[in-house]
Amino acid sequence: MLRKAQARRHPSPLPFRVTMDTTPIWITLRLAAVSTLILLMLGTPLAWWLARTRAWIKTPIEAVVALPLVLPPTVLGFYLLIALGPDGWLGATWLALGGASLAFSFTGLVIGSVLYSLPFVVQPLQNAFESQGARPLEAAATLGAAPFDRFITVAVPLARRGFITATTLGFAHTVGEFGVVLMIGGNIPGKTQVLSIAIYDHVETLEYAQAHGLSIGLLAFSFAILFMLALMNRRHARRAVA
Amino acid sequence: MNGLRVALQWHRPGFALNAEFNLPARGITALFGPSGSGKTTLLRCIAGLEGAASGRIDIEGACWQDTARGIFVPTHRRRLGYVFQDAALMDHLTVQGNLDYGYARAPAGERWLTPAQAVEWTGIGHLLARRTQGLSGGERSRVAMARALATSPRLLLMDEPLAALDTAAKADILPYLERLQRELAIPMVYVSHAMDEVARLADHMVYLEQGRTLAAGPLREILTRTDLPLAHTDDASTMIDAQVVGHDAGYHLALLDFNGQRLQVADTGLQQGAAVRVRILARDVSLSRAPPENTSILNVFPATITKLKHHSPAQVLVGLDAAGIPLLARITRKSWDGLGLALGQHVYAQVKSVALLQ
Repeated sequence: MLRKAQARRHPSPLPFRVTMDTTPIWITLRLAAVSTLILLMLGTPLAWWLARTRAWIKTPIEAVVALPLVLPPTVLGFYLLIALGPDGWLGATWLALGGASLAFSFTGLVIGSVLYSLPFVVQPLQNAFESQGARPLEAAATLGAAPFDRFITVAVPLARRGFITATTLGFAHTVGEFGVVLMIGGNIPGKTQVLSIAIYDHVETLEYAQAHGLSIGLLAFSFAILFMLALMNRRHARRAVA
Repeated sequence: MNGLRVALQWHRPGFALNAEFNLPARGITALFGPSGSGKTTLLRCIAGLEGAASGRIDIEGACWQDTARGIFVPTHRRRLGYVFQDAALMDHLTVQGNLDYGYARAPAGERWLTPAQAVEWTGIGHLLARRTQGLSGGERSRVAMARALATSPRLLLMDEPLAALDTAAKADILPYLERLQRELAIPMVYVSHAMDEVARLADHMVYLEQGRTLAAGPLREILTRTDLPLAHTDDASTMIDAQVVGHDAGYHLALLDFNGQRLQVADTGLQQGAAVRVRILARDVSLSRAPPENTSILNVFPATITKLKHHSPAQVLVGLDAAGIPLLARITRKSWDGLGLALGQHVYAQVKSVALLQ
């Protein structure tokens, strides 16, 4: 009976000829782009501070930033759902300020993605800043550059590789997340239904062909990103040697 | 007040820096001392790179730091040039980019040198389009010097710019440094622990030991002070600035004059009238009470004994005044007693070897 149902739905023998709803792809790309942008804006100063500070609070903050690496995404998603819900402190404040509900909204997804992908952006940046040492900045200071000037004209260009890694990993990781978005975004087609959830949905309803199409696309995309990153790192390493 | 006035303290567990000295408004001052004596730290304090330093720094009437009055001008507003030991070039910029970085940030009204002039001063014209990674050690040093000059500094600080270089690369760069010493009208501080560099380049010296400035003043004076450790090292010496006044073509010698006294040195193609600097080691000077006769030594001049200091159980260090120039002689105690020498006595200093430095 199941097989019959499938056959009825997909008369074509080739799974990729099936027409697919592309909305989840666009939602995912938009979510990844917005999250990456916010991650870079928040992560850069945070990574800079972590790379330079000697305060005791540095270590606990590093641990908090790294939490999403080890926590099940559902845990993060669960607490976010509570915080962002209409009774949560963040959600309530947001509502009081005149905003729409954060839970099950695109904004909620962005907040979740930013937190979830934070270590993938902060750690490469922090490493890049730390490996520079103090010397380039000291040299820039003796050449008359004020602190912010030094940061923009010396620290950031020298951390270029870190920024490339952070951007790609932040973007790719956001594209690939599942647990957090499911918890706080739910599964609202056209609104919060991202790729990974659409795939899950297709599988649940036994629409394997559609699941295939999206999965293959995501697989190819992830490989391409990582391959490009490795390529760029190799080229950079070769130029540094030359 | 012209020049640079420094009175600084800086502490770290196990090490304390306590420096106090004044420098003239131009010329190179060697910051000299054994390794670990705090030379680099002192230079960094002057540059404002060590925030924990307390005390006073005044330059040409401007105050850069006065802890008592709560003044601390940050490094980027100190109008100084700093040549780091490792050059510290910006690897994401070309050589030209490195030069322009400092030039662009110097206040337009206070510039006295363009990047083009800095390039000419250091002879790096052929490197401008290069990236910094491919440069040799000597080239990096010269680019670092040019970059520091292009900021039109009021004070030039150099932290052992030659330390990492081999002998050939050093020989290439020294002429450029000598030109800075002759022509730049700003104070320059040059950290070094190599006496041959100091002898060639410096006009003044600050001597540092275990974080304390033991002496500061004109180079010759510091080098010949018998109460300082310098006069008791194996290469204890004095410097004489002389002028080429003649040539002996037949014997291939050049005739030098200092304060009316004559020196003959092997002629290496010296120009008539050129200013040269020679170095005389204490162990190459011997003394005699009468004008020596039948000797192979060419350079003999009358001098007065001004100082006596024990050097070792066998040797004494004798301070001399030769036509106003302080000179050191290291002789045996036996000779001192045998000749019946005494302070204030007139003697003849025989100089066995004279090293031409420039």
